[in-house]
Amino acid sequence: MYKGILELIQRGDLLYIITWREIKIRYKQSVMGFLWAILLPAVIVAAGVIVRYGMSALSGKPIVAEEIAGVTVKGLVWAFFASTMRFSSTSLIGNPNLITKIYMPRAIFPIAATLSQLFDFAIASTCFGIALLVIRFRVSWELLWVPVLLAIVVALAIGWALIVSAASLFFRDVKYLVEVVITFAIFITPVFYDVEMFGKWANYLLVNPLAAPIEGLEKCIVYRSAPDLHWLAYSAAFAAISLLGGFYLFKKWEPMFAESI
Amino acid sequence: MGAKDTVLRVDDVSKKFIRGEIHDSLRDLVPAFFSRVTGRSRADAAKRDFWALRNVSFELARGEAFGIVGANGAGKSTILKLISGVMSPTSGRIEVNGKLSALIEVGAGFHPDLTGRENIYLNGAILGMTRAEIAQKFDSIVEFSGLADFIDTPVKRYSTGMYARLGFSVAAHVDPDILIVDEVLSVGDIVFQNRCLERMNAIIRGGASVIFVSHNLRAIAELCPRSILLERGKVVEAASSSQVIRMYLERSGAQARESESKAVRVAQVRVRGVDHENVAFESGEKVYVDVEVECAGESEPFSVVLQANDDRQYEIFHTSTEYLGFPPIAMKPGERFACTFEMDLNLAGGTYYFGIVLFRFNNEKVVDRLYPAATIFVNSSPGARGVMNPFPKVTAFGPVTAPMERSVR
Repeated sequence: MYKGILELIQRGDLLYIITWREIKIRYKQSVMGFLWAILLPAVIVAAGVIVRYGMSALSGKPIVAEEIAGVTVKGLVWAFFASTMRFSSTSLIGNPNLITKIYMPRAIFPIAATLSQLFDFAIASTCFGIALLVIRFRVSWELLWVPVLLAIVVALAIGWALIVSAASLFFRDVKYLVEVVITFAIFITPVFYDVEMFGKWANYLLVNPLAAPIEGLEKCIVYRSAPDLHWLAYSAAFAAISLLGGFYLFKKWEPMFAESI
Repeated sequence: MGAKDTVLRVDDVSKKFIRGEIHDSLRDLVPAFFSRVTGRSRADAAKRDFWALRNVSFELARGEAFGIVGANGAGKSTILKLISGVMSPTSGRIEVNGKLSALIEVGAGFHPDLTGRENIYLNGAILGMTRAEIAQKFDSIVEFSGLADFIDTPVKRYSTGMYARLGFSVAAHVDPDILIVDEVLSVGDIVFQNRCLERMNAIIRGGASVIFVSHNLRAIAELCPRSILLERGKVVEAASSSQVIRMYLERSGAQARESESKAVRVAQVRVRGVDHENVAFESGEKVYVDVEVECAGESEPFSVVLQANDDRQYEIFHTSTEYLGFPPIAMKPGERFACTFEMDLNLAGGTYYFGIVLFRFNNEKVVDRLYPAATIFVNSSPGARGVMNPFPKVTAFGPVTAPMERSVR
């Protein structure tokens, strides 16, 4: 496993080029180009805003700008995670030539899929950042949490991308399973709502490792307060185990790839 | 320090595949699980095993070019995939010392939507080069491919030949310690093929080792001093390339004939000198080739063609009963026919193969073919080297006082 990580570092240039290929192809083939990077997050954010309006209409409390900003932050992160899972499930089976004909550390494919989604996420986040500046959003020290929280999300994404990509190479229907799970996971992840709304049930929602960093991002960007450290530690540990465990399983399965694809 | 000079050691390697369908969806696993619980399907597990390679061993020294010869399905591609790390062996060990680059299929890493330029970077990185290295060699790669005018065109608009040229050009610039080449010379025109061979020679001269798999036996004979012959996953011969190629041709010829039943077939071919059967001749000697043909069913008239190739499988000449003024041979079932060719063996020293073809010149149809039908070894005092021995002599030798007179047209 140590050797595997070393190999990945040595082939850094290859990872860069494969990532760049993923991005380039995605934008070359579509007329809308970079707008695609914003479309899916925009749809999710729009859905979130509608849900929030619905909630405020029901409760009678007027909706505030913070709520909309919060739903946007969460929607962007969710869009990144969901499309990473979706793209990683085809990242190996979409490259049969490279897997059966040439040797390279195959972990590059799901990692590149994650990084190319991260690129889209960066574009969408930049747009969101500009919007925040326009509405004269106040900068605070709590923003220093953002890289930490994003690192947890990315580690989770890569760990699960490794597992999903390998599993869908062995079993072609994993792809559909992933779709189903993504569709329903948005209900158990605090994207359209906040965990506090559930009072004492909030802790059950935070068992989802994605919940704490998503909530944390909303808190430190929008409400200028530090995230809940206990649950964040749990998520960080979960992410580290996912990353290492995912890589370990991937390496264990890798020798069978060329024959099974 | 023997180990230092061995760049690759393949030690008792076997590879097993499982024939038939494997479960590739979760849904299939459920019935499979139940049938395993009930104990069925255990018995045919062993029957489905297929050994693509069995106990293969060889070593490759630094700077050596090594050929692998064998029919389709003999396990050539499998051994290359094991060496390059695409697959792992079922048992045995493969030791690689140095940077290995595999040209198993040129342009395998190309993406059709990217331009030639972008694909050079992509493919270069896949083959193990860094971005800086590719940038440095970029011009040389483009020049070698001869595709400078199309370098900013997406490769999906390339022809197959252009595709292969670009692929080989990138791979040829990798500078590996070990280069694995599988059947890449079959694409591209003659000029490009020769350039590829030249380039591979240059790579070998530069100190790299090459493993070369091809159906182009001439290229193997030219490039590799040593080869192995694979047959159904086993090494049946490991020797000099010319010996391995001869054995391959003899065995595959025999196999091809067994599988077919023909109405008319070459029954026997014998090469002899003036008085007795022989395989080694002196250059210039008379040689006789007796051909016997048997007929089992109805057939149309044919002629007998005798061809001779050298050890690189170049044709030296061919002749036929037709060229020599004999009528087509008509045979009835149960009949036998014989003819003898007489020749002066004006060949330079070396190994030569005779082949017999029963051929119908009126509609250009091959009735039967036996190649190699016989192998001969020719000895000659080395007055002439190459293929032919015209018995050259020097008739004047010494200093002259006046220049040679120029002939006037």
